[in-house]
Amino acid sequence: MTAAIEVRGLRRVFRVRQGLFAPPRQVVAVDGVSFAVPAGSVLGVVGESGCGKSTLARLILGLLPPTEGEVLVDGRRLSEMDRRARARLIQPVFQDPFASLNPRRRVKDIVAMPLVAQGSVPAAEAARRVAEMLERVGLSQEQGERFPAQLSGGQRQRVAIARALVLRPRIVVCDEPTSALDVSVQAQILNLLAELRRDLGLTYLFISHNLAVVEHVASEVAVMYLGRIVERNESEALFRAPAHPYTRALLASVLTPEPGLGVPDVGLGDTLPDPANIPPGCRFHPRCPQAFGRCPAEAPAAWPAAGGGFAECHLLDPAAPGAAPREALRQEA
Amino acid sequence: MSLLEVRGLRVTFGGRTAAVRGASLSVEKGETHCLVGESGCGKSVTALAVMNLLARGARREAEALSFAGQDLRHLSDREMSRLRGDRMAMIFQEPMTSLNPAYTIGSQMTEVLRRHRGAPRARAAERAAELLARVGITAPGMRLGQYPHQLSGGLRQRVMIAMALMCDPELLVADEPTTALDVTVQAQILRLLAGLQRDLGLGILLITHDLGIVARVADRVSVMYAGEVVESAPTAQLFAAPRHPYTRGLLRCVPVPGKVRRDEPLGSIPGVVPRIPPGFRGCAFRDRCPHAAPACAEAVPRQEAGPGHEFLCTLPPDWALRERAA
Ligand SMILES: Nc1ncnc2c1ncn2[C@@H]1O[C@H](COP(=O)(O)OP(=O)(O)OP(=O)(O)O)[C@@H](O)[C@H]1O
Ligand SMILES: Nc1ncnc2c1ncn2[C@@H]1O[C@H](COP(=O)(O)OP(=O)(O)OP(=O)(O)O)[C@@H](O)[C@H]1O
Ligand code: SF4
Ligand SMILES: [Mg+2]
Ligand SMILES: [Mg+2]
Repeated sequence: MTAAIEVRGLRRVFRVRQGLFAPPRQVVAVDGVSFAVPAGSVLGVVGESGCGKSTLARLILGLLPPTEGEVLVDGRRLSEMDRRARARLIQPVFQDPFASLNPRRRVKDIVAMPLVAQGSVPAAEAARRVAEMLERVGLSQEQGERFPAQLSGGQRQRVAIARALVLRPRIVVCDEPTSALDVSVQAQILNLLAELRRDLGLTYLFISHNLAVVEHVASEVAVMYLGRIVERNESEALFRAPAHPYTRALLASVLTPEPGLGVPDVGLGDTLPDPANIPPGCRFHPRCPQAFGRCPAEAPAAWPAAGGGFAECHLLDPAAPGAAPREALRQEA
Repeated sequence: MSLLEVRGLRVTFGGRTAAVRGASLSVEKGETHCLVGESGCGKSVTALAVMNLLARGARREAEALSFAGQDLRHLSDREMSRLRGDRMAMIFQEPMTSLNPAYTIGSQMTEVLRRHRGAPRARAAERAAELLARVGITAPGMRLGQYPHQLSGGLRQRVMIAMALMCDPELLVADEPTTALDVTVQAQILRLLAGLQRDLGLGILLITHDLGIVARVADRVSVMYAGEVVESAPTAQLFAAPRHPYTRGLLRCVPVPGKVRRDEPLGSIPGVVPRIPPGFRGCAFRDRCPHAAPACAEAVPRQEAGPGHEFLCTLPPDWALRERAA
């Protein structure tokens, strides 16, 4: 079966000008990313601010050309598809529903936009599909007549979801779809996304910095660090036994609503990573509590981790001198 | 005597919107009191009212509003600005509103100490560098010479926190201080605040909508809904036995690893926060409440559900227990 999304050796470099005379800095936002997402599943992507999650999303949506590598959607090269065909296959839902909705158009016209852009859908048919979609995401006909400013944040995100689904795409890329919402509204939107996925057989790429949310929605999780996927695994395995020291620090930092546990010290120090200056060897080594001699010298390979995934860390190399045995890793986790 | 005592606080804008409708809360020395609730429920307005920093046209009334025994209601602007930044400090939700883009980080930080304590420039700069290091900023000397726009959002937020601590305040009002930060940095900042509290007996009023933070750092929690504190309790008590239907709904919305399985829907609260017209009576949550009854449109009693545990609802204090038994 062809994967819904497949990316091969994806790389994206930005040149950032610093001033008139300084040489431009090169920011490697996505650096050698490959994966496949089976149809009907949810790949969660997590990682710190600036690690390249949104850049990856924009590459997969075709909103940004890659510097190297390619994206296949439903088995076809994205670069060989025209804009309309792409829109029928893959659609985005972004974080800020307000910024992404035209304030001067009524909700029903916003939702109709992708249909209009196709140029081949008769007006009556379009109106029928918009009405159907609004109902599907829990908005009334009356709300369809309103402008975005007259809706709450959660309702606006419903509009964005209706617009993304009106062409009946197979794949939806959600970039922080609930980060701007209150927890009560977040729960409504997550439930809606789950229901739509089940009923319509959708595939999601689900980006979030909220690990508890990702654990709830994703079947598989990719952890990004400075542009690379440093660990990927089936969701349950990753949350039960994270293999990469960065994943472990990230999970330990999550403050679950359990009173009395306090705030953990995850031991990452305070040197924040700079994407314009990626450390040699393992890119995580300056912050890694377990780094050893080999880490600054040599980039780690992707070693298999329990559960069928992998992690890019020398500690997982069975032959690594100085590496802790895997049992020790698991105990600490 | 509480460090901060707020009783029956009301804030209206232009006489029409009542943003805060009779809120009460107190912060003890060395205590973290968390204020939670949905967007727009009045958390920031409450904080700004305490600091006397409300926008023009806002009207503030309170049955009591005192800091370390001093009545804040009748202080002049001058007396209030002498307290602010010195004995009581605030971290704002939006860091750019309180950092001046035209001055370096260093001159803004040292200014605080020079104004309130008359500290010499060199001493103030030393203190600023020391605090930047404490909030986890490397190369603090270099940062002091930079302008706010040269810093990332995370760094700016940490500068704000360091600036608030310049005069060793007794009370810190922190409005969503870590919302814009990564979880790893957030954990670091929260540990720093906890450390200061231990060392200096700092009292903290922490505004957040993150129930994970609340559970981990709060001694006491107040839940706000539509301008009112609808429930207040010691943290463990609030999470173990919430009484207000809104609090219960809120706690069910949060995905807790291991509690809610994938493909099982999360609990959610249908509907949205209503607009409260002037002269509104009864419980503001009743349109969304699964337990609403005709009595909820009348005056709603404030009830005790245990030591230090109050809630504003017509349901009897033991309703949750009875429901479980049934
Ligand atoms: N158009 C651009 N020009 C220059 N640099 C860019 C551009 N877009 C992204 N970057 C840089 O690429 C890196 C990755 O950014 P990206 O937005 O993908 O991160 P992210 O993981 O989505 O972060 P966040 O969690 O904050 O949304 C960052 O260092 C960012 O500054
Ligand atoms: N200057 C103002 N003029 C008029 N209304 C205001 C003003 N400031 C706040 N409000 C209103 O007061 C209410 C409470 O706002 P507040 O900022 O306290 O909410 P909040 O609980 O801090 O929300 P959030 O979580 O989004 O920060 C809102 O309805 C808001 O629109
Ligand atoms: S390779 Fe080394 S530095 Fe990188 S995560 Fe593993 S132990 Fe840490
Ligand atoms: Mg992003
Ligand atoms: Mg606020």
